[in-house]
Amino acid sequence: MTSSVPVGATFAPDSPLDWSEPLVPGEVVLDERVAPNASWSAVVRKGHVLTIVDVGGNQSGDCLIYNAADTEERYSAPDTLAWQGNAYVRTGTVLRSNLGNPLMTVVGNEIDRQDTIGGACSKESNTLRYGHHVMFHHGCRENFLSEGQKHGLGLRDLVSNLNWFMNVPVEEDGALGIVDGMSAPGKRVAVRAEMDVLVLVSNCPQMNNPCNDFNPTPLRMLVVEP
Amino acid sequence: MTDTVLNAREDARARGGQTSEWMPYLPASSSPYCPDGVEPSALTWAETVAPGGYTHKVVARGTRIRFDDPTGDACAHVIVYNALEPVERLNVADTLKIPWQAYLDAGHPLLSGDGRVLASIVGDTSGHHDAFCGTTTEAWCLQKYGDAAPEGPFPAGRSLFVKAAAKHGLAPRDLPPSVSFFQGVRVDADGAFEWRGSAGEGKSVELLAELPLLVLVANVPHPLDPRADYVVGPLRVHAWRSKPTGPDDDRFQVTPEAHRAYLNTIDYAEARGL
Repeated sequence: MTSSVPVGATFAPDSPLDWSEPLVPGEVVLDERVAPNASWSAVVRKGHVLTIVDVGGNQSGDCLIYNAADTEERYSAPDTLAWQGNAYVRTGTVLRSNLGNPLMTVVGNEIDRQDTIGGACSKESNTLRYGHHVMFHHGCRENFLSEGQKHGLGLRDLVSNLNWFMNVPVEEDGALGIVDGMSAPGKRVAVRAEMDVLVLVSNCPQMNNPCNDFNPTPLRMLVVEP
Repeated sequence: MTDTVLNAREDARARGGQTSEWMPYLPASSSPYCPDGVEPSALTWAETVAPGGYTHKVVARGTRIRFDDPTGDACAHVIVYNALEPVERLNVADTLKIPWQAYLDAGHPLLSGDGRVLASIVGDTSGHHDAFCGTTTEAWCLQKYGDAAPEGPFPAGRSLFVKAAAKHGLAPRDLPPSVSFFQGVRVDADGAFEWRGSAGEGKSVELLAELPLLVLVANVPHPLDPRADYVVGPLRVHAWRSKPTGPDDDRFQVTPEAHRAYLNTIDYAEARGL
């Protein structure tokens, strides 16, 4: 069946894909694939470790985290950065809430650094960066709204997010932007839940900057009980 | 003598007409600190915010808001919302990403998540600001100062924002990351934050409201302030009637991103009849 809807792009058929495996050992309690352009969510229990696999390489996975028992407590980029005194997310980074509490900890990371400065793309911000001709494109904010509403979350609950596998350097003069990624097919990040958390992910559909190599590929989500 | 209602009334009334170091000035035109070049009769908001205090106001589109740091120790943590639809609010990520610049300065727009300019930074004699670290939480104050009670000597910025937001019907979930003025942070090559602190006493920052705004301000030490003590100075706020950014202003087309952001803002304002 055909459709006239101008949906987002998906990866070229000859793209190398590496589905990899969990970054930490344990019993696999969840193993799901997130298609290009799509959203995903799950509750990760305290002590469980979520591995996100960058299956096709340099595919941004925009991510928000909430206290599963009280979503008013949610991921806070500024608290995460202020507590560690550093602008980048790496192994050992404690992902903190708006109350300063640890939500998750990065326990494994196969790229130099992860981003939490660049935020999510949206139809609206796309008009600023690229022009009104891309207003019809899909965006991560759309995914967060679609996925979030399944859990009672709305626009008020969207805050500055994490971008797994996205590269946003801050240069000496403050210049900042999304540049070519440092990841590759099969690279992983692993985060351990420090409380029961609700994790929202948008598999970024952006086709106007290098956050997905202009070639949206799948993500694999694996949760293990160590 | 407060033994009867009549005496209590006399006693209470005798307390009026006094001044304190930290107070709103009503009418705003009576402010003892009217900024140079501003006609006092144009003032719509005049206030000195106490150390560890907060303030909040709904202002009209086209209002110019000036923050003054008379001692060099103020730290103005700020969140702005579209007052007509507060679900539209400051988006710090877009505020840095869209202009391709992490350090706030004159000309920088404060963007919402809806592709519009909530406020433009139109004046800045400090240059020491921060959009990475947000404000303090009770957990932060507890580990740094040993106490975080909102009514005590070490209140957290978030505690003050919670109360300010509540007075406009907003809940804690309506508090996005904030920006702060007058205490600066820089990012080194490894990502580590370098503390720059204050640019000194007598500095000011001016914002221009591009939409009707709800403005929340908390005046507390920056989270990375290296001083062991809770040090923060008074913050002055003045606002007056002016004009929103339009095609005649240089900043309207200063970059293609800003140009489209102003177009989106004007599109919204015109559709709503503002």
